[in-house]
Amino acid sequence: MTAELVRGQNHPLSRNRIEIRISAAAPVLAGATLADESGRVRDGDGVAHPGAPTLPGIEVSRQAAAEHRLAVDLDAMPETVHRVSVLIALPAAPGGPLRFGALAAPRAAVTGLDGTEVAGYTLTGLDAESAVVALELYRRQAAWKIRAVGQGYADGLTALLTDQGLPQAAELARGIEEAVARGLARSVPARTADTDRSRRTAAPVTGPDLQGTASAAGSPYDVQTSGDSVGLPALSEGAAEMAPAPDGGRPPASGESGRLPASGGPGGASASGGPGGASASGGPGGTPDAVGSGLPAAATPTGGPIDYTHPKRRQASGPPAPEAPTSADGPAPPVAGDAVGWSMDERLYNQVWGMFEDLARSTAAYRSALDFAESRMEKELDQVLSDPRSRLGSVGDAAREAAEARQAQLVDQARAALDRDLAQLTAESEVVEPALPPEYARWDNPVWHGYRVPAEPPLAIRLGDLRLPESAPLRIPMLVRLPLERGLWIDSGVPDASRHEEAGELRHLALQSAVALTARLLAVHPAGEFGVQVIDPAGAGASALAPLTGAGALDAPPATGAAGVTGVLGRLTERVDLVQMAVRGGAPDALPPGLDTSRQLLIVNDFPHGFDDRAVTQLRYLADEGPDVGVHLLLVADREDAAAYGPLLDPLWRSLMRLTPVPDDHLADPWVGHAWTYEPCLVPPGSHVLQQVLTQVSAARTKRM
Amino acid sequence: MTVNMTKGQAISLEKKDGGSLSAVRMGLGWKAAPRRGLFGSRTREIDLDASAVLFADKQPVDVVFFRHLVSDDGSVRHTGDNLVGGAGQGGDDEAILVDLARVPVHVDQIIFTVNSFTGQTFQEVQNAFCRLVDETTGQELARYTLDGGGEYTAQIMAKVHRSGSGWTLTALGVPAKGRTFQDLVPSILPIL
Repeated sequence: MTAELVRGQNHPLSRNRIEIRISAAAPVLAGATLADESGRVRDGDGVAHPGAPTLPGIEVSRQAAAEHRLAVDLDAMPETVHRVSVLIALPAAPGGPLRFGALAAPRAAVTGLDGTEVAGYTLTGLDAESAVVALELYRRQAAWKIRAVGQGYADGLTALLTDQGLPQAAELARGIEEAVARGLARSVPARTADTDRSRRTAAPVTGPDLQGTASAAGSPYDVQTSGDSVGLPALSEGAAEMAPAPDGGRPPASGESGRLPASGGPGGASASGGPGGASASGGPGGTPDAVGSGLPAAATPTGGPIDYTHPKRRQASGPPAPEAPTSADGPAPPVAGDAVGWSMDERLYNQVWGMFEDLARSTAAYRSALDFAESRMEKELDQVLSDPRSRLGSVGDAAREAAEARQAQLVDQARAALDRDLAQLTAESEVVEPALPPEYARWDNPVWHGYRVPAEPPLAIRLGDLRLPESAPLRIPMLVRLPLERGLWIDSGVPDASRHEEAGELRHLALQSAVALTARLLAVHPAGEFGVQVIDPAGAGASALAPLTGAGALDAPPATGAAGVTGVLGRLTERVDLVQMAVRGGAPDALPPGLDTSRQLLIVNDFPHGFDDRAVTQLRYLADEGPDVGVHLLLVADREDAAAYGPLLDPLWRSLMRLTPVPDDHLADPWVGHAWTYEPCLVPPGSHVLQQVLTQVSAARTKRM
Repeated sequence: MTVNMTKGQAISLEKKDGGSLSAVRMGLGWKAAPRRGLFGSRTREIDLDASAVLFADKQPVDVVFFRHLVSDDGSVRHTGDNLVGGAGQGGDDEAILVDLARVPVHVDQIIFTVNSFTGQTFQEVQNAFCRLVDETTGQELARYTLDGGGEYTAQIMAKVHRSGSGWTLTALGVPAKGRTFQDLVPSILPIL
């Protein structure tokens, strides 16, 4: 069984003749250092590298490559060798990547000679580093074990070798680089994007969204629509779907197990599990700013090849860099992007989902402890009351007080545990929020001021914020994958009589949320790859839609009247129909040349106003079939308005993800099913960021046309 | 160092330096039924299942098994069902991870059980073992051998319970009969 290791984790080796396979998205050089019992590498003879590829018991490749296979025979290792550190580094090739953060995470795996994988480790979380100790093999009581290290060095090979205790590190690094330069001409080209993708699907640890796709309607969120019982069956269906894991595959959730540092996962390991402890957070990974912003650390050269021979790192003679909090019990400072993924965006996405799950589970623990404390107290009080001796007098009072004290003590303990988790998640949120790219960021995030029209469509998008009553003020970004698997419905209905918002105001707010969401979708797609059409039959939304119409971000002015409704729906239905036929027939090339295949969003305001039966049917067709071919629906509607249709439209409402223009607790998480309060992402009052962004979007569109 | 535990033996999970264990794993491994070929061999696969039941004050409050892989609070996680077993050479085929620091405060005992879902008794299963591992270091704390046992299809392996500020592991090794952990609850209650 393959063990997927996390940073700091170790694993026993059952055999001594193994291969270490390294795969990276670009050519890297691989080497190994052999250290003695005290962890020191004696001299250059203890380093296997491209210039001196063979040492007793180990052989490395002579050249930089995207794939490496290092043969290791631990039986042939000299008795004096107690630790073998396997390192990879980016060669200083002109035009090559300068830092691992620019590449998909490299992976190191230990396999038997027959190719069966014993353990694997994906080196996530690298950023400005250009050299990294991937794994180490070490002797433990006559047996060898393997440990996932992942210690990176922004100052390259020299820093790495210095840290291994080599006196002539700079000289040796130069020699290695020369050897690589000689071999580089024969280098294997980097893997293509296609193999990347196949690896991604094969990776055992997937983002938590997988669980979402397994749940009821393909989305991680289940809509608990007030007024009908849709939410709960959907949830239990989701839970049932979780049950079969016949392939023995790990549940996605377990990929996140131990993500909180207290559980000794990657976070905790980075503080305590680094080699020698000394450099645990001396690497650039320790500074949240550098990693968080996804930018190279200030000290990293941004142009030209890295000069290994003139490290900026202080030589060993100087005092070591200010040490990390070495206390093993304190959690490591949170770092943005501290999750698996092939890009920073994916890592942040997975991290946010991990925070979401952690908060859901911590709260579940708290609530169940509270329930238990309550029921135990009631039981004990019942006993006091049923005992005739204690019904009167001081015995009964004492027993009652004792029961209440026991309850209060448990509640305090539960609260303390929750506060500990909340503090940790809040600290994580504080580094993650500023690091988010525009598609995940709130409108008040400064990243929007540096907005540029992107070249790639985004992985996911933020629909709003989620919180629990216990978690205030902590909010979790609600991220969903794109393309959306279901349409969206922004509910403009008055939720209950106790709310004071007037109906008209709510309608306006609902449309404003829709506009903010549409602007976000437009902004995070490359120019011309996301089209928006609006149906506003009565023209009632003209003022709320002004930011979109004014900036010229729409393909056509909002369609009004019955004719407008019919026209837009007809065109989109035809489009969905054609694309579907082409895709099912396996002939996507056969589409008519004029057909626009970009993603589309249809906004319908005031549904079902202005819709006849035929239009309603077309809309339902679009809601069902559209998502698969890139046509999304955003309905702004009050369900009451459609009451005349009776239960006929229930399947439509159920198929859409319900969002609200005001905070409302109607979304359930996929793990425990808490009711989360959803809050839309709105532009702060007085801010012009929306207009500025939309102006840039329109400018880019015009340029493209 | 591995301790081959005997019935009823208790070990404290506090470390020598005073800290207590933060994460443990219960691993279960067994040798798959031998096969001659795939066609028509009608091999009777052996499916053992590991489960963990969380108790608060002698009431079961949550359970982690192959149909509920993560406890609601996230502190106990099952790595997934293995339906056939492995090489029988000491690797875990199923594992349950417990993050002791995150176990809800009211849960005071966690019982680990093993069931034979396909009905073979432990006499028929080869190289079956169950072990407890310190997840932070990979060190094995305790190991049980299951085969050579009697005519029973389940075993209540061990319990991890709160004692003072830390946790203690008690080896139970109580034989029982049943297909899933639900069948074992009557046998578990007396030993809480």
